[in-house]
Amino acid sequence: MRTLYQRLRSKKLQQYCFKIIIQSFFIFCLLAFNFSYSQIDSTLLKRVSRDTVKQGMNMDAVYNRPFLGLGKSPVSIGGYMEANWQHIGTNGVSEGHQFQFRRMTLFVASGIGKRIKFLSEIELEEGGKELGIEFAAIDFEFHSLLNLRGGIIMNPIGAFNQNHDGPKWEFTDRPISATQLLPATWSNTGFGLYGKQYSKNWMFGYELYLSGGFDNSIIANTQNKTFLPEAKKNPERFEEIASGLPLFTGKMAVKNKKIGELGLSYMGGVYNTFQEDGIVLDEKRRVDVFAIDFNSTLPKLNTFITAEWVNIFVQVPTTYTQQFGNRQQGGFIDIVQPVLRRKMLGWEKAVLNIACRFEYVDWNVGTFKSTGGNIGDQLWSVMPAISFRPNVQTVFRFNYRYMQQKDILNNPPSLTGGFIAGLSTYF
Amino acid sequence: MKKISIAFILSLVVLLGAESCSKLEPTLPKNADLLDGSVDGLSSSENQQFLSGDKAFNDLVFTPETGLGPLFVATSCGSCHTGDGKGHPFTELTRFGQSDSNGNSFLAQGGPQLQHRAIPGYTPENLPTGATFSKLIAPVITGLGFLESVSDADILAMADPNDANSDGISGVPNWVSLPSYISPSAGAITQNGKYIHRFGKKASSYNLFHQTVKAYSQDIGITSLYEPHDTYSGLESDPEVSSQIIQNVVFYLHTLKAPVQRNIDDADVIQGKQIFVNIGCVSCHKESLTTSYSPIAAISNKVFHPYTDLLLHDMGESLNDGYTEGGALSYEWRTAPLWGLGLAKNSQGGELFLLHDGRAKSIEGALNYHGGEAVVARTNFFNLSDTDRKKLVKFLESL
Ligand code: HEC
Ligand code: HEC
Repeated sequence: MRTLYQRLRSKKLQQYCFKIIIQSFFIFCLLAFNFSYSQIDSTLLKRVSRDTVKQGMNMDAVYNRPFLGLGKSPVSIGGYMEANWQHIGTNGVSEGHQFQFRRMTLFVASGIGKRIKFLSEIELEEGGKELGIEFAAIDFEFHSLLNLRGGIIMNPIGAFNQNHDGPKWEFTDRPISATQLLPATWSNTGFGLYGKQYSKNWMFGYELYLSGGFDNSIIANTQNKTFLPEAKKNPERFEEIASGLPLFTGKMAVKNKKIGELGLSYMGGVYNTFQEDGIVLDEKRRVDVFAIDFNSTLPKLNTFITAEWVNIFVQVPTTYTQQFGNRQQGGFIDIVQPVLRRKMLGWEKAVLNIACRFEYVDWNVGTFKSTGGNIGDQLWSVMPAISFRPNVQTVFRFNYRYMQQKDILNNPPSLTGGFIAGLSTYF
Repeated sequence: MKKISIAFILSLVVLLGAESCSKLEPTLPKNADLLDGSVDGLSSSENQQFLSGDKAFNDLVFTPETGLGPLFVATSCGSCHTGDGKGHPFTELTRFGQSDSNGNSFLAQGGPQLQHRAIPGYTPENLPTGATFSKLIAPVITGLGFLESVSDADILAMADPNDANSDGISGVPNWVSLPSYISPSAGAITQNGKYIHRFGKKASSYNLFHQTVKAYSQDIGITSLYEPHDTYSGLESDPEVSSQIIQNVVFYLHTLKAPVQRNIDDADVIQGKQIFVNIGCVSCHKESLTTSYSPIAAISNKVFHPYTDLLLHDMGESLNDGYTEGGALSYEWRTAPLWGLGLAKNSQGGELFLLHDGRAKSIEGALNYHGGEAVVARTNFFNLSDTDRKKLVKFLESL
């Protein structure tokens, strides 16, 4: 039972969120109005140049975005949107033509004072039906190797979670391993430390956070499988930790400007409500996630490669069915090849890419106790793509997806295929 | 100008491509290769109810919040009845505690069904010492509306309890008392207040409604208006599944199409079928039955081919688990319908698990266990020449 106090608190938080959103919307509408009618001097809005020294690693992704400064105000604002058309079918059953407004995200950043900054990211999905604060944290810099961050933070597990902005990718969909294995844009209330060090071609970065986390829904859900993204649905996640114990997330990354970036990350903690009001109800059960990510640009060819692999271990009650797996794994690799880089259709620095994404997800690694046979519940997908970038901020994408998905028993797979075209841009 | 025309042509190509794109999507497997799908000729309101039932059967996964358990075996109907086909030992269920027709002596210890899984915080049941038990895997569930519509009189006409015709086959119906929430169907025949039950491996369920209500309660731990008692506490609780959902599921089961035979014109299949008849398999696995009147035209007064007589047969010691249900004896089993047999692998993960508990890994393996009344048929089967036996197997795989 939630106490009245908790209820009030969540009410308050809701109202607060609502206020922030309405305000940012207001600012956004003002800006949009400016662009279309230029009634107000649009030179007031300056593209904030990115900090070229500090950019460059995945962990910088939240600040490494195009922002617009508002005159002399310390506040800068930005965002992106993603919209798709798709025609996809599974085993001969097609949903027909679909137009999808995937999401619109707004960033509001502010240099509050010397070495103190704030950034928030608010996402509206499904035409505004889903609304969430993905990031809202304040950063204090003591030293390049020692920064303190607190608020709603993005857990640095793998690379995609922090670096998920639509316009950065050549594919209309987020990787399946980043949405169906790990929760997409997984953020929680928490705080932690991060830092970076440079030396010639080398960069080293670390992040350590304690935050809210998962709950029992990861093994008790209507997906009928162990499913970490289910925890995102819990509206109380930003105020209460189901287990009462924080989730630890840590990441280490090294980058060599000539070779690429390699990241190793871990996220883990107790997920279940093992006690309530001081009464022990259950055993403690952990979820542990290990991820490795890599990205590189091949010299001469300029081929961009980015990949991520995740291994998940979940302690499932011994009284449970194997329907809910205790091990999961999956990942993706994107290969992007620029083929034309010149003036196209009147855009000075337009780029045409061909690309392909390979992905694999296994929600239940292991064998059946009853037969010794392999447990299925897995899929793989290939996604060839053509993308056109009239500028760095905007991308038109045309993808074809072919996907095979097997049920838990490894029965003949269901086949999915179809075209997706989309547009994503920072604004 | 050039710019505009290139852009225009590009957009046109994309739009035209979009129009023809469904050609590049995976196609539907042939109707005959699939078990799911409804009987032909349903009205649009019936189609809607079929779809609702389909959703409830396959997608309604229960969680502790929506009433799962606390004791359970699986979380949804579809978990055990994948693709409406034969089940896998991974989701087998265990029943225990009754060794003869005198009822279950382990009711106080969780009988008849073992709920060996529990939501967090609860202790699942263990098999009590001394209890005999059977393991059961899910049967194919297509075409059940046809089986439900066979009249009691037709079933009785196939029975031959005293083997009056001396063919060694003495099928009997399972006579069981009806639970209070079930009203007998039109034309029902009674014996000492008991009714002919026909569903389940021991024919211990009266009709699809009965089976569905029991499944919610015993398999998933979901109480209903009809079975309001929680399997853990034994106490009455509010319904965790609505009567409407139960009706939809029953309608879905009732209107699933009968499996469609494949390769009917293949010479081996035709000869294999003749061999099946000649060596006496049809004494139990009756090729054709007829439905009585049904408000659903596609099911009403139809001849169909399930290869069962819905009767119990003595199958000998090798299939005697020492456990039984209703009036059946522990070595008696209902003739397994053979329709859909050729598609069993597609729902059993590429392998075959035959007989009530999946102990046989091939058709030959299943015949190895045919004893009792089926001993002559088994001997005939293994005395066939290799080529004839292959033809017979090919016929069974076409079903
Ligand atoms: C734990 C696995 C499991 C679950 C869950 C399950 N079933 Fe079954 N089902 C079986 C098994 C095993 C049998 C054979 C039972 C018997 O012999 O009595 C069966 C038999 C049946 C039959 C009879 C088929 C025949 O040919 O006689 C029907 C109908 C059926 N189930 C429907 C359902 C419905 C509806 C649900 C969901 C409410 C459900 N089942 C849930 C395993 C399951
Ligand atoms: C006396 C009646 C009887 C005769 C005769 C008989 N069967 Fe059966 N058959 C059964 C019963 C009862 C079962 C189910 C046993 C069980 O579930 O353990 C069965 C099961 C099977 C199965 C496994 C089906 C499944 O779904 O698991 C096959 C295959 C089969 N029989 C084929 C044959 C063939 C071929 C013949 C002729 C050679 C034959 N049977 C003769 C009664 C009979």
